[in-house]
Amino acid sequence: MTMPQLDQLSCPSCAEPLEEEDRFCQACGTDLKAALEHAGRPQDSAAGGAAPPADSAPWSSAPVPGPAAETPGHARSSASEEASDSADFTLPPARGTAAAASFPEAEATRPPGPDPRTSDPRTVPDPREGAPSGGLQALVDQAGPPPADEETGSGPEALGPRCVACGTGAIDADGYCEHCGHKQPLERDHMEQELPALAAASDRGLRHHRNEDFFHISESSTPDGGRAAIAVVCDGVSSATRPDEASAAAARAAGSALEEAVSVGTHPQQAMHEALVTAAEAVNVLAEDGPLEPSKNAPACTIVAALTLDGILTVGWVGDSRAYWVPDDRSAPAARLTEDDSWAAQMVAAGLMAEADAYADPRAHAITGWLGADAYELDPHTAAFRPETAGAVVVCTDGLWNYAESAEELTAAVPADAVDRPLHSAQHLVGYALDGGGHDNVTVAVVPFPPEEVGAGSA
Amino acid sequence: MANFAKSNAPSFSVDVYQNEFLPEGAREVNAIVTVTSTGGGTTGGMPLPTADPQVAVSSQGADAGVVVMVDCSGSMDYPPTKMRNARDATAAAIDTLRDGVAFAVVAGNHEAQEVYPGGGTLAVADETTRQAAKRELRRITAGGGTAIGTWLRLADRLLASADVGIRHGILLTDGRNEHERPEQLAAALEACAGRFTCDARGVGTDWEVKEVTGIASALLGSADIVADPDGLTDDFRQMMESAMGKEVADVALRLWTPQGAEIGFVKQVAPTVEELTDRRTEAGPRAGDYPTGSWGDESRDYHVCVEVPAAGIGQEMLAARVSLILPAPGGGAPQTLAQGLVRAVWTDDMAATTSINAQVAHYTGQAELAQAIQQGLDLRKSGDEAGATARLGRAVQLANTSGNADTAKLLSKVVDVVDAAAGTVRLKAKVAEADEMTLETRSTKTVRVKK
Repeated sequence: MTMPQLDQLSCPSCAEPLEEEDRFCQACGTDLKAALEHAGRPQDSAAGGAAPPADSAPWSSAPVPGPAAETPGHARSSASEEASDSADFTLPPARGTAAAASFPEAEATRPPGPDPRTSDPRTVPDPREGAPSGGLQALVDQAGPPPADEETGSGPEALGPRCVACGTGAIDADGYCEHCGHKQPLERDHMEQELPALAAASDRGLRHHRNEDFFHISESSTPDGGRAAIAVVCDGVSSATRPDEASAAAARAAGSALEEAVSVGTHPQQAMHEALVTAAEAVNVLAEDGPLEPSKNAPACTIVAALTLDGILTVGWVGDSRAYWVPDDRSAPAARLTEDDSWAAQMVAAGLMAEADAYADPRAHAITGWLGADAYELDPHTAAFRPETAGAVVVCTDGLWNYAESAEELTAAVPADAVDRPLHSAQHLVGYALDGGGHDNVTVAVVPFPPEEVGAGSA
Repeated sequence: MANFAKSNAPSFSVDVYQNEFLPEGAREVNAIVTVTSTGGGTTGGMPLPTADPQVAVSSQGADAGVVVMVDCSGSMDYPPTKMRNARDATAAAIDTLRDGVAFAVVAGNHEAQEVYPGGGTLAVADETTRQAAKRELRRITAGGGTAIGTWLRLADRLLASADVGIRHGILLTDGRNEHERPEQLAAALEACAGRFTCDARGVGTDWEVKEVTGIASALLGSADIVADPDGLTDDFRQMMESAMGKEVADVALRLWTPQGAEIGFVKQVAPTVEELTDRRTEAGPRAGDYPTGSWGDESRDYHVCVEVPAAGIGQEMLAARVSLILPAPGGGAPQTLAQGLVRAVWTDDMAATTSINAQVAHYTGQAELAQAIQQGLDLRKSGDEAGATARLGRAVQLANTSGNADTAKLLSKVVDVVDAAAGTVRLKAKVAEADEMTLETRSTKTVRVKK
C-alpha cells in the first residue's frame, strides 16, 4: 500500500487537520472511511462526518435566510458496513458551481487538534481508495495546498477534478470518469439545509443510482406576526418517468403555496389542503412537457408536509411518506401523524392482516395514492394537532421509516437534542437509514415544536 | 475543420438501445448502437468534408474514384452469354457514373489488365470518356485463369493515383480463385483493406461463396450472387448508384471502455452481420477504432458487448462511449461525427435486471440465424444430415420468429419446412446449387426490429 508522505494527522490529500467524526476531509472531500473502520466509529456519528451544525443558531424574530436549498452539504459517507466501496458515493460534485460555494462550512466548530486515533498510521487512508478530487471546497479554495498524492496520479490526467471512485481519471463532459467510467456524484445525491426553525437532509442511499427524493423547507409569517415553519418531503415513484423531477416540482410547489397561504392568513389546514392540490398540479404538468418513457407511468411522487403555526401542528400527505411526533420528554408517548396510502396500510385498516405481517409483505410498499397525472383521484389527507409538550416533528420518506417503522422505534433513533439541533438530527436519521442498509433514497426534515422554545433566551 | 452544419455532407447520429440495469456482480453489458447518416442521398457528389477544397469546387462528384474489375477468365465463355452479360453490366455501370467521378475498368484472369483508360491512371467521367470506355469493353475476350489478388492490387494502384476521398471497387467473378494461393489473395486483401471499399459479385454457380464474401467483408462492401447472368445489368447499376451515394470515407467506430474492461465483441448486425472484433486498432488510452468504410444516406446497427469491472448496487458506470470518427486529412486531430453512451447501472431490482432489451435480443437472434445457416450448410456438405437438419431447423425457427422473410424464403428452397415455429424441417433431397449458394451468400443479411 502506498502511503502518502505527509503528516499523518491530517488529510492525506490536502493536509487539512482531521476531526474524529470526519468520514471525508472537509476541505477536499477525501474518503476517510477506511480510517474510521480501522479505528472504530463513535456511536453518535452515524449521521456523518460533518462538523456539528451551528447549533447555537437561535430562533429569531427576524429569520435569517439559511443556505440555499440544494447546495451540497458536508461531504459524508454512506455509513453502512456493506458499502465498503463507498468512495464514489460521497462528494459534492467534482465540478461544483459557484453557487455551491455559498455553503457555510462551519469552520469555527471544528476542533483544530487531531484525534489521537488518527495518528495511528493505519488510519491514514490510501488516497487511491478515496476521493482526492477537486471537490467543492477545493474548488472554492483554488489557492489551497495542492493534492499531496501526486505519486498516485496518472500524469496529465490528474489535472483538474478527478474521479471520486478511482482518484485517477479526469471527469468527462457527461459526468463519467475517463479512467474507470464511474458516474460522478450529483449535487442532488446528498442535500442538506438548515434554517433557524428547522432543517432537512436527503441522501441517495446505497442501492439507488440517483436521488429521487426532494425536500423544501422554509419559514413564513402570518399577517399578525405568527411565525410558521414549513417542511415538505417528496419521494419520486421509481416506476414512473422522471420521478426526480416530480418530487422536486411537488416539493417546491407545495412549499411555496404554504408560504404564500400563511402570509395572507389562510387557515393552516385549508392552506395545507390547497398546497397538496397545487403540488399535484405541478406534477401533472410534467406529464405534458416531456417524453414519457415507454412502459413507464407519468411522473409521480408522494408528498408529506408539516406546518407549525401558533401552537398548531398541521400535517398533510398523499402516499406513504410520513410525519412522526417525537416528544422532547422521551417518557411521553410518541406518535405517527400520517396514515399511509399503501397496500399494507389498507390491509391493516381493513383488518385483513396484522401490521407486522402486512409490512413484511413484498406488496407492502405498493402505494394507493400519489401525485401524478395517472393518479386515480387526488385524495389529500390533512390533520391538525395541538401538542401539549415540546418535541420535534420528523417528516420523512420510507427510506427512513423502513428502518424504524413504529413511532417508538423512530423516536429511539432520534437524538435527544433534536429540538435544539434539528440539522444534526436530520443528518443522524439519514445516517441511521444508511447504517440500516440504505436500500432507498432517504430524506428527513426535523421541525422543532413549538418553535418559540427553540433556542429561547439566546435570541 | 469541416463545417457539417453548412455543407451538404451527411450528418451522423448515434442511438443506443440497451438494458443498462445489471444485477449485483454482473459484468456483461450489451447494447445495440444504431448509426444513421442523413442528408447524403440527395447531395451525392457534392464536396466532402475531407476533400481538398480545390478539387471539390472544380467539378461536382470529382471526389470519388471507382474501379470495375471484370472477370475475363476462360470460363466466362461457357456459356458465351456470361461474357456478354458481364460486358453489358459493366457498360450499364459506366452509364451510371456521375460526371467528374474518376474511374477505370480492369479485366482480370490470372493477371490483371487495364482496359480503360490505361497508363496506370483513372479517367474522369463525362460523355466522351464513358463512350470510350464502353468501346474498349467490347475488346475484352475470355481466356486464362483466375487470380483475384492481382486484380485487387491493380485496382489499389489505380485508385491511389487519383486524389479522391471515396475509393471504391466493383468486382465480378464467375470462378474459383485457382491461379494463386489462398495466402496470396489474403495478402492482397490485407494490403487493400482500409485503402478502398469493394463490392463483390459471383455470377453463375462455379465460384466459391467464402471467397466472394471474404473479399466483401475485408473491404467493407457487399457480397451477392447473380445466379442468372441476365440480372447482372440491374445489379451493377444498383451497385454503382450506391457507390455514387457515398459521401464520407474511412469512418471508424471508436469504442472507449473503462479501465479493466474487456471487449466481448463488436459486430455490425444490420444490414448484414459483420464481425469487427478482431479489426480493432488502438486509438489512445482505453480506446480502439473499428473500420466501417464509407457512408452515404444509410443506417447501420452495431452490437457491442463489453465486460466491465463489477461495481456495487446503486453505482453507475460508463461502460462504453461509442463515437464515429472521421480521420482528418493530413493526420490532424480526427473529427467526432456523433457519439452515444453505453451505461451500466447496478441495482437489486429484479424486474429491471432480468428484462432483455428488445433490440439486443433481436440481433442476438439474427447473428445466431446467420451462424445456424453457415453451420447447417457446412454440415450438409460434409454429409452430416442429422446435424444439418438440426441447425437449419433452428435457422428456420429464428427466421420465422424474427420476421426475416427473405431468409425464410431462401431456407425453404433448401429444406422442407414442417413446422416453422418449432423449427421442424426435412432436408430436401435435391437442392439447386444456385439456391444453396444464394442462401449461403445472403445468410448474413438481417432485418431490423419491428417498431
